[in-house]
Amino acid sequence: MPDSTTSRVSLTLGSTLESVDTVGQTAQEFAQRAGFDSDTASNIVMAVREAAINAVMHGNGYNPAKRITASFETTSDSLIVRISDQGPGLDPSILPDPLAPENLLRGSGRGIFLIRSFMDEVHFRQLHPGTELTLIKHRAPARPAA
Amino acid sequence: MSMKVAIRQVDGVTILDLSGRITLGEGSITLRDSIHEVLAKGSKKILLNLGDTSYIDSSGIGELVSAFTSVKNAGGELKLLNLTKKVHDLLQITKLYTVFDIWDNEASAIGAFN
Repeated sequence: MPDSTTSRVSLTLGSTLESVDTVGQTAQEFAQRAGFDSDTASNIVMAVREAAINAVMHGNGYNPAKRITASFETTSDSLIVRISDQGPGLDPSILPDPLAPENLLRGSGRGIFLIRSFMDEVHFRQLHPGTELTLIKHRAPARPAA
Repeated sequence: MSMKVAIRQVDGVTILDLSGRITLGEGSITLRDSIHEVLAKGSKKILLNLGDTSYIDSSGIGELVSAFTSVKNAGGELKLLNLTKKVHDLLQITKLYTVFDIWDNEASAIGAFN
């Protein structure tokens, strides 16, 4: 039975690929605890990993002096994940469309697209310095008791 | 689990059996190095068997695209074999399903090379 109580975890991690794995594992635990089916949980983990990769690679540029933070919160109706970096900031409006014919064969540029594909809501916030991504997945409404 | 590659030859086709995760870092680099290795050895017909690929991220997808263009630019042909549902879905939503020549039967895939 899904756990409907509110729970929160916040992690502060180095700008490494190991941090991406840690964030992904935490996302997996929260998605399962929130009662998402395995396909949806897998998509959530992918979206969260992509956000963490962006923070580590594009935001902080693997700079060991910079940290990423990842917070996870399960509410009665949603799983909310916030990933932030200490980088120069990201303007999502200038990201090229990876589905445009001229971009289809590019070797990169699909991370944000996948995040948006798999989550119900994605919000960007500039932190000066840094960027915070908020990823929200709504839980299925509870079934009425029989 | 990182990615492993086993390379074999069948009827003039170089088959790369990929197992594990194709993700940013080791997995993507292993795939890139393997493609460069078989191209350097003169392989022009390359089949990537993704049947045991458990996970792929945007970097891995990008590496598949780069492999496709590298092989094409070298005058060769690259096809994909045995996509898992997850990889299949990812190629669908990224519109790459129509870019790659995708097969679910090895013998048929081998026979489809020019």
